[in-house]
Amino acid sequence: MAARTLYEKIWEAHIVREEPGQPTLIYIDRHLIHEGTSPQAFAGLKAAGRKVRQPQLTFAVMDHSVSTKNRLLPVLDADALGQFEALARNCQEHGVHLFDLHSKNQGIIHIIGPELGITQPGQTIVCGDSHTSTHGAFGALAFGIGTSEIEHVLATQCLTQFKSKTMKIEINGKRPRGVTAKDFILTVIGKIGIAGGTGYVFEYTGEAVRGLSMEGRMTMCNMSIEGGARAGMVSPDETTFKYLEGRPFVPRGKEFQVAVDHWRSLATDAGAKFDETLTLHANDLAPMVTWGTNPGMVTQVTDRVPDPASFGDPVDREAASRALVYMGLKPGTRIEDIPLDRVFIGSCTNSRIEDLRAAAKVVAGKHVSKDLKQALVVPGSRRVKVEAETEGLDKIFRDAGFEWRDAGCSMCIGMNDDVLLSGERSASTSNRNFEGRQGKGGRTHLVSPVMAAAAAIEGHFVDIRDWKNADGAE
Amino acid sequence: MEPFIKHTGLVAPLDRVNVDTDQMVPKQFLKFLTREGYGRVLFYDWRYLPGEKLNPDFVLNQPRYKGASVLLARANFGCGSSREHAPWGILDYGFRTILAPSYADIFYNNCFKNGILPVTLSNEQMDELFKRTEKKEGYRLTVDLEQQIVTGDNGLRYSFEVDPFRRDCLLRGLDDIGLTLVHDPHITGFEGKNLKLPVMYDPVDVKYHKQ
Repeated sequence: MAARTLYEKIWEAHIVREEPGQPTLIYIDRHLIHEGTSPQAFAGLKAAGRKVRQPQLTFAVMDHSVSTKNRLLPVLDADALGQFEALARNCQEHGVHLFDLHSKNQGIIHIIGPELGITQPGQTIVCGDSHTSTHGAFGALAFGIGTSEIEHVLATQCLTQFKSKTMKIEINGKRPRGVTAKDFILTVIGKIGIAGGTGYVFEYTGEAVRGLSMEGRMTMCNMSIEGGARAGMVSPDETTFKYLEGRPFVPRGKEFQVAVDHWRSLATDAGAKFDETLTLHANDLAPMVTWGTNPGMVTQVTDRVPDPASFGDPVDREAASRALVYMGLKPGTRIEDIPLDRVFIGSCTNSRIEDLRAAAKVVAGKHVSKDLKQALVVPGSRRVKVEAETEGLDKIFRDAGFEWRDAGCSMCIGMNDDVLLSGERSASTSNRNFEGRQGKGGRTHLVSPVMAAAAAIEGHFVDIRDWKNADGAE
Repeated sequence: MEPFIKHTGLVAPLDRVNVDTDQMVPKQFLKFLTREGYGRVLFYDWRYLPGEKLNPDFVLNQPRYKGASVLLARANFGCGSSREHAPWGILDYGFRTILAPSYADIFYNNCFKNGILPVTLSNEQMDELFKRTEKKEGYRLTVDLEQQIVTGDNGLRYSFEVDPFRRDCLLRGLDDIGLTLVHDPHITGFEGKNLKLPVMYDPVDVKYHKQ
């Protein structure tokens, strides 16, 4: 058999029906839903008199609109409460497993899928959220869908899909100190642009990617969508299997060995062909900071805010000047001189235990700058929160002047009350720096957890490589 | 879903690249439980000043574009979040078709599910359409999906490509769940061979879990 990529293997194993000239009907192994994009899908189902075909393949959680303050208090936001009640009702009516506000496994959907072992290699996974690409870190084909498609999956457990092209993104060499998976992916997006991956599925590979933990791989795959790709993947290997072993939904004993043998066979074959290849060397990578209003507007921490006039393409030039007006930045300003109002460590990109450990190492024994209005740590899940508290990370953060919160999407999307006010500037470990993303008029700079932590201490960006604990986790 | 066969309407220009779905329908409007009513909040932060006063500087607020149903846009339109609230807003505002050089994947797909035709034209063709729209008040275009052409005055005629399956669904306004359910025997057959239901080996959330 010809050498195949991981993507091709999963695609072929999920074809339900194929007809020339038509999109392929593929089977969906795991469907994740949340309160934000699912109510209209259930309403549509009901209006058509349809049922959920395989309720046990769908898992639901409340994450987007949840308050991260005190879970025991009543929900004050009436609209959010309406969403929670609708989700609970829909799940109960259709027999879908729900991790509600009070479940000890509640958290951001892309954090809890992997940590509970619901996410496994070789699966097709969809969710009404573009950051579903996160799950590709396990060697799954995972992508975001719209509400009409949610309804389609609920009713049929299938989706009609066109096959994507594939792009190999290879990072060779060893990861330099202070440079994280977040910097890898921001560099990639900076190179290819935010539409560079449109129509593609990415596979990340190379020594530096192989050397990442599952947390790091998830960070990279998470932001595939910011590069325009619906999905990003990493071939499963020993790191993947070790992470999965013993998790609640992962088979045990002999069954686990059988699963591992299968998972191992999914990895991209040597010599498999990709439609495109991007090769980077880890030595060239540095901590990254976004300066504009999309994730492709990014540069190294030692650089300056670019001059729009320096862009060759008139379209880029205009977009850059619009972005600088919105961001309130002058061309030529050193990135390290940009002062901050708030720091947010959280989101499905960077709120896993490893992210919090790394950030905690950076802030231990120090204190948040008095120039900041707020520094916020929002664990990705309640499991992460408990684990962090067991390790004493909450105390380190609190002693350093950070607020320590309960799990949810929080200031990444600002659907709860964790928001930027107009004109405020944040260093954020999240994934989008669009206009108004964290609050109307808010100005977002995307960075890694260690960069956010150091920026919180200094009140402006700093090059984490100059610090002793640059690598946090190590 | 309302079929899309041929549409003629007033053209409005949105001359910005990389317009993301957060701009189309901002997060504070993602808490509603229906598919309706998002036209009022479309491009909310650009369209309104504090107190929901119309921002006169925003192009769609110019009186000459009132009632527009054909939207001109730039590259990578609809990037970012998968929220289908974005196309719901576009449609509810009154747009039936979008013309742009490129779209983000999820948004493009979501348009077809809602009876909106996203037409892909070259950058040069888009430049020309922006120019003509700017120049002539009340500029109108006809988008014909059956013939796959965009036509306007002075002999303007651009043909465009669209996937035949998507075209057919839109022309007939087909319910794609119904289409898939025609293949129920295939799905059942696939499940017979491959379906393995998830097992919670470690009962961490028994309260809700029905095995």
